Amino acid sequence: MDVVWFVVLAAFIFCIGAAGVLTRRNPLVVLLCLELMLNAGNLALVAFSRMVGNREGQVFALIVMVVAACEVVIGLGLIVAMYRRRLAIDVDEMRELSG
Amino acid sequence: MLLEQILFFVAAAGAIGGALGVVLLRNPFFSVLALVAHLVALALLFLLLNAEFIAAAQLVVYAGAVMVLYVFVVAYIGGVEDPLGGTGLVGRLGPVFAGALLAELTIAVVGSGLDALNTRGADIPAGFGSPGAIGKLLLEKFLIPFEAASFLLLVAAVGAIVLARRRRGLEEADADDMPDRAGRAPIGYPGGRAGAGEGDDEGPPPGTAEGLGDPTPVREPVTPEPA
Repeated sequence: MDVVWFVVLAAFIFCIGAAGVLTRRNPLVVLLCLELMLNAGNLALVAFSRMVGNREGQVFALIVMVVAACEVVIGLGLIVAMYRRRLAIDVDEMRELSG
Repeated sequence: MLLEQILFFVAAAGAIGGALGVVLLRNPFFSVLALVAHLVALALLFLLLNAEFIAAAQLVVYAGAVMVLYVFVVAYIGGVEDPLGGTGLVGRLGPVFAGALLAELTIAVVGSGLDALNTRGADIPAGFGSPGAIGKLLLEKFLIPFEAASFLLLVAAVGAIVLARRRRGLEEADADDMPDRAGRAPIGYPGGRAGAGEGDDEGPPPGTAEGLGDPTPVREPVTPEPA
């Protein structure tokens, strides 16, 4: 398969994730859509790594996975803290920082 | 060659279908399951790209560990179903923005005229993405980023514990400080949390979610005045 197929597929997944981040209101689903976007980036990194014949892109993909795991842990911690304080689980109602 | 193409299109359909499922399904629990399917399809794509170690790590770390964390939190919060349509300017323009982004990216990729994009890529040695090769790179050339990543994980773990611990000892959250609709389903959707009916959506009763020592203040139910 040509590398261009993988890159276009990564573009598709990234855009689906971006649409989800912008439209969904449940912060859990927003985090899931962020995962989609990070995974699209991973796919493009690995595809380009295959294209150039260089393993370093795969190391970048691993580091992206670590960062994604950290983001998930902090995001889910925030959501649990919101739930404990009986705040609405809805990004549209978290307006305290919007100025 | 033909088998590779069939595998690619099956995996690509799975990946796009899983991604659409994450965005379009209303129950967060089903969204998580759709993301698991998406991740498995993506691992297959990584295998097609000779990235064996990344595929294995994707399955074990992502589809295994991270998704279990998601399922735990969805089960703890309760599946708050929310309406699909976004609200506000950002929510309404979101799909338009994503479509424009897709068109732009596709034009950039297909029209870039990168000759190498239309090939199978460089010739690679055997064991291109094997754990041995990746581990050698991680521990020799990328040692500093590797250690930084481990430190980042440590910081994230400590931060999550601080964020999600019980608020004992901190200033008591005052019921007056909380918004009216605290802990309820999003506006415009009746009875979001499972088991919550109309007017009954007051969150978990105190003393059940957190055990007996739940420090969060008890919200008194509003009883209607007898006529």
